[in-house]
Amino acid sequence: MSRIEQRLGALGEKGRKALIPYITAGDPNTGETLRIMHSLVESGADLIELGVPFTDPMADGPVIQRACERALASGCTSRDVLEIVRRFRETDTETPVVLMGYLNPVEAMGYETFTENAARAGVDGVLMVDLPPEEAGEVVPWFRAQGLDLIFLISPTTSDERIRRMGEYSSGYVYYVSLKGVTGSASIDAGAVEERVAHIRELTELPVGVGFGIRDAETAGAIGKVSDAIIVGSVIVDCIGRHPEGGDSLHQALKSLVKPLRDSLDTP
Amino acid sequence: MKLTEEQIKASPDARGHFGAYGGRFVSETLIDSLEHLESEYRRLREDPDFLARFNSDLADYVGRPTPLYHADRLSSELGGASIWLKREDLCHTGAHKVNNTIGQALLAKFLGKPRVIAETGAGQHGVATATVAARLGLKCKIYMGAEDVRRQAVNVYRMKLLGAEVEAVEGGTRTLKDAMNEALRDWVTNVDDTFYIIGTVAGPHPYPMLVRDFQSVIGRETRQQCLEKNGALPDALVACVGGGSNAIGLFHPFLGDESVTMYGVEAGGYGIESGQHAAPLSAGRPGVLHGNRTYLMEDEFGQISGTHSVSAGLDYPGVGPEHSWLKDIGRVNYVSVTDDEAMDGFRRLTAVEGIMPALETAHAIAWAIKLAPTMRPDQSIVINLSGRGDKDIDTVARMDNIHVEGR
Repeated sequence: MSRIEQRLGALGEKGRKALIPYITAGDPNTGETLRIMHSLVESGADLIELGVPFTDPMADGPVIQRACERALASGCTSRDVLEIVRRFRETDTETPVVLMGYLNPVEAMGYETFTENAARAGVDGVLMVDLPPEEAGEVVPWFRAQGLDLIFLISPTTSDERIRRMGEYSSGYVYYVSLKGVTGSASIDAGAVEERVAHIRELTELPVGVGFGIRDAETAGAIGKVSDAIIVGSVIVDCIGRHPEGGDSLHQALKSLVKPLRDSLDTP
Repeated sequence: MKLTEEQIKASPDARGHFGAYGGRFVSETLIDSLEHLESEYRRLREDPDFLARFNSDLADYVGRPTPLYHADRLSSELGGASIWLKREDLCHTGAHKVNNTIGQALLAKFLGKPRVIAETGAGQHGVATATVAARLGLKCKIYMGAEDVRRQAVNVYRMKLLGAEVEAVEGGTRTLKDAMNEALRDWVTNVDDTFYIIGTVAGPHPYPMLVRDFQSVIGRETRQQCLEKNGALPDALVACVGGGSNAIGLFHPFLGDESVTMYGVEAGGYGIESGQHAAPLSAGRPGVLHGNRTYLMEDEFGQISGTHSVSAGLDYPGVGPEHSWLKDIGRVNYVSVTDDEAMDGFRRLTAVEGIMPALETAHAIAWAIKLAPTMRPDQSIVINLSGRGDKDIDTVARMDNIHVEGR
């Protein structure tokens, strides 16, 4: 059983909802990213989505786009991202880490090398935003061979047939993109999410995480009630962007941002 | 070599693949819209009403067929093959781009989308989009890299006169690729009421296919005109390649003709060895960007490289996936010329034939100038004269250290 299944399974048994923060690796630099990961866990993160910076993040809004630019300017490569995870695993062997990003940096490393190195570093899952299931058939075996969960996005308009096909390829959880638009867009409608998540559950047995558009504790609580996990990215990345100096002030700011999300998820 | 009828028909295949290239590598949020666009396009391209409207617009609004002109003086100066120019510069708005925007704007109209968006580099596609949007009464927003907005101020003003909103994109390298990222972001957000008019044969399936289909009128006309004027097919075709829409438009109807050699000319910038160029087919490697697998300019970690070309329209790190396939199977020869060679081509054609080509097109001229003397006088070359050079006057003048008054 993968670390993701274990973690989400254990939470599910207790009736708890997972809090999944997203940060961009290398923003503002690799050392700070490592400290941010630990600090997120201390504030109540159950799993971390670690963004692999890319020059052309087409599915992301301006906040994460700028984070990618900062990370690349700091010299962070995909090799450095794996090194961050390896160092994270030296002290945290329980919190699952999912790499999230675009296909090209993975292809540049090659699927075999990437999956081997990722698994060795302690990565648990991979979500490539621009890899739809139609194009995934040939690469799935590389990920399976290394025990990496492959995670797919489901949108409000994804057909039932495609959700089933994703179910064949994916493990760990599925990521429901709660609205049309890029990351960090306007806020979401909990009622519509509830209906859609219920439908997705009929088509796959995997836990359902919901993201894109969760900006505050109130929304986090509402979405948590109707899903298995919430994913929060842009507000956290924005907070990191406003503290380029890193250090204590950043970690204090992140705590005061993440703790209320946790509390709101834990409020029955 | 030539391609068989089956090979041509099967390109792209049902999933939008040209050999190992193409495909639909986009975020899940766009899949449904692309599937819908594909099925609607496959229906409409058989629809007599749609085709009649498209063809009458090409004739009466664009001014087709465009002439095939014998560049007599240039041919005799070079002393080899006779050179013919397919005059896409005489299309309404001054470039081949309008063939495609007419087609896609009609699709938008038939699909009931009241708003169109587009990315643009040199501004030609933006102008062509704003033009057809004005004519069809569609709302229009154009994304353009901030660097290109500076380089192509006249076209920006033109688009605004045509009623389009122009957004200068500040992200990334502030050029065409960043404009395309921003247009994709707009589309994913406003997909219900918006049609994205992609300007070249790149992007996710079905765009490379439908843009090619709309541009293939160039090659179909050329074929017929060559047979009428010379009683024979041309021996060589030459076209510049940025994303590659004018080149595929010329090449595609000839892919099955063994006797026709084809040259796609990329932007060599300061020279391939300098690394400062926009020639992914000549010096890049396959990767995934903007929804398709194709040759890209990228670093060893898969980050997309900055590009350089004197011509904004060729300043793009990728290329249409069909070109990547045609390169790999050896059907088309992809070559490059430098900024300086392109400038020489620009001046030569202007001085000898009285035709001022766009700087993009000047790359094709520059290659033909090298090619013609290696061929026999009974052979012929067709160059796709894809656009006129008025928009580039400022750039050329700057190189001559001349300030053009009133600009």
